[in-house]
Amino acid sequence: MSLAEKELSNTTVNHANLLELHHVKKYFPIMGGVMRRKVGEVKAVDDVTFSLMKGETLGLVGESGCGKSTTGRMIMRVLDVTEGQIVFDGQDITSVKGERLRRLRQDFQMVFQDPYSSLNPRMSVGALIAEPLIVNKKGSHSQIKDQVVSLLETVGLSAEARIRYPHEFSGGQRQRIAIARALALRPKLIVADEAVSALDVSIQAQILNLLADLRKEFGLSYVFISHNLAVVKHVSDRVGVMYLGRLVELAPKSSLYATPLHPYTQALLSAAPEPSRTVKRERIVLVGDVPSPANPPSGCAFHTRCPKVMEVCRSVRPEMNEYQPGHFVACHLYS
Amino acid sequence: MDSQVVQGQVGKATASVAKSKSPFRLSMERFFHNPLAVAGLIILVLIIFITLFPQVFTHYNPSTPDIMNTDSPPTSLHPLGTDASGYDNLARLLYGGRVDLTVAFAAAFMTMFLGTLYGGISGFFGGWVDNLMMRFVDVMLNFPFIILVLVMESILNIASEWMLVLIVGITAWPGPARLIRGLFLQLREQDYVIGARTIGASRWRIMFRHMLPNSMSFIIVLVSFQVAGYVGIDAALSYLGLGVPLSVPSWGGILSTTTDYLTMTTEPYAWLPPTIMIVLTILSVNFIGDGLRDAFDPQSQA
Repeated sequence: MSLAEKELSNTTVNHANLLELHHVKKYFPIMGGVMRRKVGEVKAVDDVTFSLMKGETLGLVGESGCGKSTTGRMIMRVLDVTEGQIVFDGQDITSVKGERLRRLRQDFQMVFQDPYSSLNPRMSVGALIAEPLIVNKKGSHSQIKDQVVSLLETVGLSAEARIRYPHEFSGGQRQRIAIARALALRPKLIVADEAVSALDVSIQAQILNLLADLRKEFGLSYVFISHNLAVVKHVSDRVGVMYLGRLVELAPKSSLYATPLHPYTQALLSAAPEPSRTVKRERIVLVGDVPSPANPPSGCAFHTRCPKVMEVCRSVRPEMNEYQPGHFVACHLYS
Repeated sequence: MDSQVVQGQVGKATASVAKSKSPFRLSMERFFHNPLAVAGLIILVLIIFITLFPQVFTHYNPSTPDIMNTDSPPTSLHPLGTDASGYDNLARLLYGGRVDLTVAFAAAFMTMFLGTLYGGISGFFGGWVDNLMMRFVDVMLNFPFIILVLVMESILNIASEWMLVLIVGITAWPGPARLIRGLFLQLREQDYVIGARTIGASRWRIMFRHMLPNSMSFIIVLVSFQVAGYVGIDAALSYLGLGVPLSVPSWGGILSTTTDYLTMTTEPYAWLPPTIMIVLTILSVNFIGDGLRDAFDPQSQA
């Protein structure tokens, strides 16, 4: 049974899925020529299917340009989906617009990579955290004020931070402010797009622990996007690996890190620093560069760099298959 | 719990800072530490004071000629002499700033208002709206400005400073509109603007609470440079005889009556003072604009 079928059947049987992506694609047109006609397209996300259960944290890893941030932004409905379907909490949100979308947005919020650019520098912290509440008319002036104070305490900042401006805070503190802002509407899902990548390693741990605490406290689900394998391993229940706009492997954390199946995942993991000196892993060095998403290779997108390439890889695009229970991989080696 | 530790740290850090300063206040502090900008501000305030209260410095009416004393050289009666019609040069100089400064400031604000509105909408919506609006800007940018002034003046037959403001306003907005459009296109992709969309903020809120406040510094700087430009433009148009009627005193008007060779060589007391006033105004406004630009620039740490 292919992943798509399995996940689709899941949706009809159980409603434990908070978020489902079905064959989601995002193609950016390339304009060229005198008449600014479409001369091609960048396949930023090409046929991605996965689901997220309630209370689950799904990590998305991949190199820069693999489409993981684009996927996050499509889930947030900041970018329009070219093709496919996004189902959130049983409701198709792919093409919802206007007032209905504004109301739905309360349930899914985002934490951005760079807390220096994600907070409007001309608004005080109090105004920043109150804004989602004001916009969605959540209570009176004094109720909102109380909520801002309690949100600040939730993320570990003191109430007096309210009257200050973002430039007076450190990166880690700003990311706490951004998290408080994302929490304000009590969302069900938070998309964290490289939420700790811009921070010092010591601060990263604090923010990751805060996110883990909040998950328990508010029953949150996360889509955690990162290029850092160690960070993803720390926070995720399941991990999806992306390459050139495609999901190549999707598995529970333990299974993925212990027995990576896809040659790309194997290469990625072998390149990650190993904290223990006793474990010696052979490093797989990939040759060449990531091909252009404007002109992706035929068949399996990874075949140009794959150390285990076969003839079939050049022509046939591999389907996602469940190799072991819960462990999906898109590779001809396993079909 | 580690969050409590952090709470303690924040408490300490904030206790050492006496008062929270908004980014705007910090910019203003930087501005007032810039000697050239402050000098420019003082000179401009002085010039504005003189043109607002010219009676303090002269008892002559700039529109009442002293027929017994035409073409007089500087005397104790007329410190800067009189012109061929017997108007007191000092009185015309002091009163003349009213026209020049009104036109410069009003035209600058009007162009900036129209330019910000047009460019802001164009940049905010982007796509085909932007494409269409910018093609119209291209047309406007190529519009023969001087001919329009001539045509409008001859059709409407009103030569007044407000006519000038109107003409400058409706012809000069495309330049600023383009700049603001570029800025808004840039701001649109900023994380905090995308963040505002994700919390469900309306378009108006995003425009007025997020994008406009963050373009204000840029707009203020543009206004200051525009003002400097229009002090010059008014003088140039008056010089061509397209400005205000000759009976109304203006710096450009005085200059245009002193262009003949004889006056230029023998009566520097007639044309030098208005020239100096125009140059001083332009310089001081430019210094203020430079100072504002440096003060608002996040890269400059003062």
